[in-house]
Amino acid sequence: MARVEVTVDGVKYVDEVEPRTLLVYYLRDHLGKIGTVVGCDTSNCGACTVHMSGPDGVERAVKSCSVLAVQADGRTVTTVEGLAGPDGILHPVQRAFHEQHGLQCGYCTPGMIMASVDLLRENPDPTDDQIREGISGNLCRCTGYQNIVRAVHAAAEEMAATGTAPVEEAPAFNMAVADTPAVQPPAPAEVAP
Amino acid sequence: MTATVAEPEVGRPRLRKEDARLITGRTLWTENITLPGLLHLAILRSPYAHARITGVDVSAARGRANVIAAYSGADLADIQGVLACAWPVTEDTVLPEYLPMAVSEVRHVGEPVAVVVARDRASALDALEAIEVSYEPLPVVLDLEAALAEGSPLVHADKGTNKCYTWVFDSGEAGTGGDVGQAEAEAEIVIKRRYVHQRLIPTSIEPRSVVVDPTGGELTVYSATQIPHIVRFLLAATTGTPEHKIRVVAPDVGGGFGGKLAVTPEEWIAFAVARKLDRPVKYTETRAENMVSAHHGRDLIQDITLTARRDGTVTGLTANLIANMGAYLGIVTPGVPILGAFMYNAIYKFPAYRFVCTGVFTNTTKTDAYRGAGRPEATYAIERIMDELAVELGLDPMEVRRRNWIKHEEFPFTTVAGLVYDSGDYEAATDKAMALFGYDDLRAEQRARREANDPVQLGLGISTYTEMCGLAPSRVLGALRYGAGGWESVSVRVLPTGKVEVVSGATPHGQGHVTAWSQIVADQLGVPFEDVTVLYGDTRVSHKGMDTYGSRSLAVGGIAMVMACEKVRDKAKVVAAHLLEASPGDLEFTDGAFRVRGNPEMSKTLGDVALAVFAAHDLPEGIEPQLDSEATFDPSTFSFPHGTHLCATEVDTETGRVTIRRYVCVDDVGKVINPLIVEGQVHGGVAQGIAQALFEEAVYDESGNLITGSLAEYLLPTAADLPQIVSDRTETPATTHPLGVKGVGEAGTIAASPAVVNAVIDALRPLGVDYIDMPLSPQNVWATIQQAQGQSVPSDPGESGGTFDEHGSGSAGSGPTSPSEGGGL
Repeated sequence: MARVEVTVDGVKYVDEVEPRTLLVYYLRDHLGKIGTVVGCDTSNCGACTVHMSGPDGVERAVKSCSVLAVQADGRTVTTVEGLAGPDGILHPVQRAFHEQHGLQCGYCTPGMIMASVDLLRENPDPTDDQIREGISGNLCRCTGYQNIVRAVHAAAEEMAATGTAPVEEAPAFNMAVADTPAVQPPAPAEVAP
Repeated sequence: MTATVAEPEVGRPRLRKEDARLITGRTLWTENITLPGLLHLAILRSPYAHARITGVDVSAARGRANVIAAYSGADLADIQGVLACAWPVTEDTVLPEYLPMAVSEVRHVGEPVAVVVARDRASALDALEAIEVSYEPLPVVLDLEAALAEGSPLVHADKGTNKCYTWVFDSGEAGTGGDVGQAEAEAEIVIKRRYVHQRLIPTSIEPRSVVVDPTGGELTVYSATQIPHIVRFLLAATTGTPEHKIRVVAPDVGGGFGGKLAVTPEEWIAFAVARKLDRPVKYTETRAENMVSAHHGRDLIQDITLTARRDGTVTGLTANLIANMGAYLGIVTPGVPILGAFMYNAIYKFPAYRFVCTGVFTNTTKTDAYRGAGRPEATYAIERIMDELAVELGLDPMEVRRRNWIKHEEFPFTTVAGLVYDSGDYEAATDKAMALFGYDDLRAEQRARREANDPVQLGLGISTYTEMCGLAPSRVLGALRYGAGGWESVSVRVLPTGKVEVVSGATPHGQGHVTAWSQIVADQLGVPFEDVTVLYGDTRVSHKGMDTYGSRSLAVGGIAMVMACEKVRDKAKVVAAHLLEASPGDLEFTDGAFRVRGNPEMSKTLGDVALAVFAAHDLPEGIEPQLDSEATFDPSTFSFPHGTHLCATEVDTETGRVTIRRYVCVDDVGKVINPLIVEGQVHGGVAQGIAQALFEEAVYDESGNLITGSLAEYLLPTAADLPQIVSDRTETPATTHPLGVKGVGEAGTIAASPAVVNAVIDALRPLGVDYIDMPLSPQNVWATIQQAQGQSVPSDPGESGGTFDEHGSGSAGSGPTSPSEGGGL
């Protein structure tokens, strides 16, 4: 077992993990960060994209299926669950995906959002082609990418207009109206006769 | 004071209710579910495409750390049940036994042969290597035509044949049209073409996952499925577990595209293991397992004969198909090509039509529904060959279509395939698309490039499609020998505070139905959009449904929703009249409330009535204190969206590289509930159609190994590979039901592939090219140009994926020079 000390979404964790544990499974199975998902086993799909700090302290997008948990030792990691600001105020990229209909099934969305945030960190005013190239490490099967490109543009404009993310004065997303499927958490089942 | 007239919800581009949990990562994917004592499954799969299993020894795996159990197929044989095919399309369809885990023989690479159950995923995977399986390899058959030949190795030796079925529709025999033989005998023009649809892999980004919890004597199955109700029914029907002891839940499902319209070996294995151990178990596939084991789509050969007069009038159409079933039959495998049978005549007034499809078994992963299911194949064939007719006549390809399509004033129109198209306006959609596209300017540029011998040639491609949506009238399904009905069920529950719960039998998996349905219900009941919630995907909550596929959730489910709301209103009206001391006959439901005619300020909202019904202190005599209502809608017919898609491609004749320069689509999907969602469906659908045309192909080697077994080899397009799509709409409401909607989920995929391929062929026709195998990879295009120019093409047997390969995908590809016996007399 190997020791990992890592700050994820602002919380410091210390764990013993098998050295072969991938960061994505550490996040999901050890920390319960289920927002970060696995879509392939060849690092093609990018669904597992998170941000991880480098030696310079700057967080950049990484595919967490291609990073060992032990490689995150001493680093900071931000997942889609840590992207919103205090009080649940969404990051402009999150809000733009909603407002521009940049998602359908939503499975690629956490990775796509994290990749887009990193793209805008590097290039705050990208062209269409730069966005398309910039997110080409992330696969989406639903949208044809068109509204994702639109969402990244919209977020870029908002971030340019209002400064750095997350935008404090932006209206909070009304989570209360959001519907969920008819699934209750698995409760103790009734004893069948 | 007059009541303010609320803007109708239907037609508004409402942002989706579904998004909040998806953009914050708080989504309930099946893989996210954990339970106390949960065990993890790993499945050992066959490395052989065809072999006898002579021994499976799992004892060493059982001894591994953290391993609870390990089973061979024989170990589970008495409880694992079978996987059913619900659609034997003919009386004599060959139905091979399909076991979740193989017991004595494997028939495709990736078929499950053993399972390990362990405390954690890694231990389960580790222990797979300790399982010893001995195989005796058997001859493999992959090629469709070879499989039908005398003396071919047999996929199912006990059946004595690789032929699954032959299904025939003939307009002369059916009385819906003339005889194609006579049409051919009298024809001025006969064009024959062979088209090959490569095998595709649906590839939702969420892999399939299943959790089975037997705690408490009831079996709860969480599955990333499109069809929880059908899974429940078939688990009960095939495993001996009573239906009322099974609960199936489809939590958030990350895309389907038909790939999760399935009952899977993995679901059945997990169910059996959970029962055997009486412990909760989870199985989540890897991407590699998904690609080799989850069903594939398309994979068929079409021999098409079109007969016409010199004036461009088509006189007959014959489609002879050979369709690859794979090694087994999935839930609707045989029926997929048959869903296309009624669509080869498309938007045209053909007087004679014959369709013959032969289903064939091969040692490959089974095929089944993939977005469009049979209709993309039909549309591709007819839209490709209409272009050939235009070339033969020296006419513009759109002109040939105009001369043959059903004119807007001719609806309702009974087609040669026997369907009644209720409404449509092909002229309007086409005119709009042509204007948006800049058709004439692009033609001028094409001429200039041809004259200049530009190495980059421009081509224009047309696809004027229709499709049948809203699956489906139950009596039609019965006539087609499908094993179930096509109705949909909805119930509406009105809570005391006036909030509304809608229970849907259709089961969304990413489309945005909750938002669209909320808009419908808000209008129907006069409640705010925000006050509607939709419950679905859990057989305990929604016990009745036919689930989501075939563009049916709005065109069928939406109608049931309207009907259930009408019943709520009828009940509420009686109570409202009582409260207003008026006669029910004097009330009307307008502007979201029950109002006294002529005195609209005397009114009661649904919320007022709901509270009164909850209290039940003062109700009319004999009235039950509840407003809840249920409706089941069985459509009388299909719906028929249509549209015109136009594509301009630049083709580099020196490298074979294809670039989409412009893509315009104008779709008519009837009345639109939410234009934002419709546009998103069109974008995604077109992307998948372009993907078939240019990028994707599942390829097997000669031993039956899937060599495009990961996303590194199977080329899903990225954002950088796809064009900006210009989409617009015309709106011709469906006339057969109250909503006017037609369905949109599959339209783009159905339309796009022929538009792209027609454009590339159009660019290269002066070079003598009239056929290229899909996908139109640079190598396929380049090699075809070389062959057409009389150059030899170096063969490269080491390359297969996406390359020019006559035997690619196990189909009898016709190569770049298809039999083109076209020509006049």
